[in-house]
Amino acid sequence: MLQGSQSWKFVNEPVILSTGVVGGPFEAKGNVTKDFDHLFSDVWMAETTFEKAQTRLFEEASYTALSKINKKPQDMQFLFAGDLINQITATSFACRTLSIPYFGLFGACSTSMEGLALSSFIVDKGGADYILTGTASHNAATEKQFRYPNEYGAQKPPTAQWTVTGSGTAVIGKSGAGPVVTSATIGKIMDLGVTDPFNMGAAMAPAAADTIEAHFTDFDLDPSYYDYIVTGDLGEIGLPLMKDLLQQRGIMVTDAQCLDCGLLIYKSEQEEVQAGGSGTGCSAVVVYGHLLNRLKNQEFTRMLVVATGALHSPLSVQQDETIPCIAHAVSIEMKGVGNL
Amino acid sequence: MKKNQQQTNEQKIYQDYAAKKEPKPPILLNCLKAFIIGGLVCTFGQLIQDFFLYNFDFNEQTAGDPTIAVLILISVLLTGFGVYDKLAQFAGAGVAVPVTGFANSMSSAAIEYRTEGYVLGVGGNMFKLAGPVIVYGTTSAFLIALIKTLWMQWGG
Repeated sequence: MLQGSQSWKFVNEPVILSTGVVGGPFEAKGNVTKDFDHLFSDVWMAETTFEKAQTRLFEEASYTALSKINKKPQDMQFLFAGDLINQITATSFACRTLSIPYFGLFGACSTSMEGLALSSFIVDKGGADYILTGTASHNAATEKQFRYPNEYGAQKPPTAQWTVTGSGTAVIGKSGAGPVVTSATIGKIMDLGVTDPFNMGAAMAPAAADTIEAHFTDFDLDPSYYDYIVTGDLGEIGLPLMKDLLQQRGIMVTDAQCLDCGLLIYKSEQEEVQAGGSGTGCSAVVVYGHLLNRLKNQEFTRMLVVATGALHSPLSVQQDETIPCIAHAVSIEMKGVGNL
Repeated sequence: MKKNQQQTNEQKIYQDYAAKKEPKPPILLNCLKAFIIGGLVCTFGQLIQDFFLYNFDFNEQTAGDPTIAVLILISVLLTGFGVYDKLAQFAGAGVAVPVTGFANSMSSAAIEYRTEGYVLGVGGNMFKLAGPVIVYGTTSAFLIALIKTLWMQWGG
C-alpha cells in the first residue's frame, strides 16, 4: 500500500526465496568470491560476442536461482529484468529461452532494486505467486558501448568506475523461508548538472540522498532503524558526497552504517577498479550474494538497499547534456530465527 | 564543466562542492611518466632507424618509413595481446602521442567491432577514434600550407 508520497509498504512481506549470483574472472579475484554461485573463468563465457556473454550470465544466474528451490521457468508468473546494453537486448534474448511473461526495465544501475520493488509490490498484492527479477552487466560489452574499445589505451581518471561482469537474480514469493521485503521507495530523477561520465559517483549521490530522505520521511523513521544503508555503486567519490548531503539535511547516518556495493565487490589492490565497481550487475551481485548471505547468517537484521542509476547515453554525453540520475530504495529484513 | 546552460543555484553549489571533493589526477606525475615513457619510445624508434640506416640501403629520409612500420607492428601486437591499454593507463600521453597511439586506436577499434562483421564492423568502425585525427590533421595542414604559400607570394 502507498505510504507517504512515493513509497510502498508491503504488509504481506514477500520473501526472497532464492537467489542466483554469477560473475566473471575479474570478480573471481575480488573481495566477495565465496558469495558467487558460479564464476566464469573466461570473459567470453564460451560465446562469440560480449553481448551474448552477458545473455549467458543472466541465463546462468536465473537457472541457478530457480534450481535452488526446484522450480522451473514456467513456475514463475512474471520476470522483471533489464540491463545497460542498447534496447536491453541482452536480457530480452535471455528471456527468449526462459519464456516467462516479461517486463523489460531500464533503470541503468538502479535496475536491480527497481525490479525487486515492482516484483515485491505485485507479489504483495496477490498479483503473482512467484516472480523472477534480476539484471546482468558485462564489463567489455558496457565499455564498448559507453566508452572506448576495450583495448584502446585511454588513461582513465581516478574517478572512473569499473563495470562489473556478473549477474544477480532473485525469486520473490508469497511465503516461505528467507529474508523479507518490507518496503520500497521509488526515486525521482535528480540532475545536479554533472556532465562527466567518468565521475558517475558524484552525479548519482544527490539521487541516492533524495530517495533516502524520502524513505525516512514517508515512513517516519530514523536512520538508526537500519543496520546498514547500502548504496548501489556510488564508489569512493559518491559515497562521502551522499553522506554529506544527508547530514546537511539532518539525516544523521553513521560511517559504519553506510556500505557501497561498488566498494565491497573488489579488493583495493585491483587497480583497474579506480573509484569502485559499477554497472547493473554490481548491486545485484553484492546484494543477492554477499549481503543476503550475511543477513541469513544473522550478522545483521535490516538493510535499506539504495540502487543508483545514471540514465545518460553516449549520445546524450556528446550532445553536452548533463547526467540525469535515479535511485530506488528497498528495505530487506530478516525476521526471527524461525524463518531460517 | 562544458557548456553552462541555465543552471540553478542548487546545481552550481553542488558542482562546486563535488569538484572540491573530487581527487585530481596527479598531473605532474602523469607528465613525468609520459615524458619518460614517451622518450623511451622515441629512443627505441631512433635505434630502429639506425638499424635500418646502417644495415640496409636507406638514407636519413627513407629510413623513417620502415621505422614507423616496425613501431606500428609492435603497437598492434601489444594491443592484440591486451597489454597496450594497461601500459597506456600508466604512461598516458607517453604512448598516445607517438605513432604507436594512432596504431592502437585503429587496431583496438578493429578488434572490438570484429563481432559485427568485416565490412560494417571492422571497416566501418576502424577509423572511429582515428578519424577525427585524420580530418583535423589534414584540414590544419592544408590551412597552414595555404598561409605559408600566401605569405611567400606576397610577403617575400
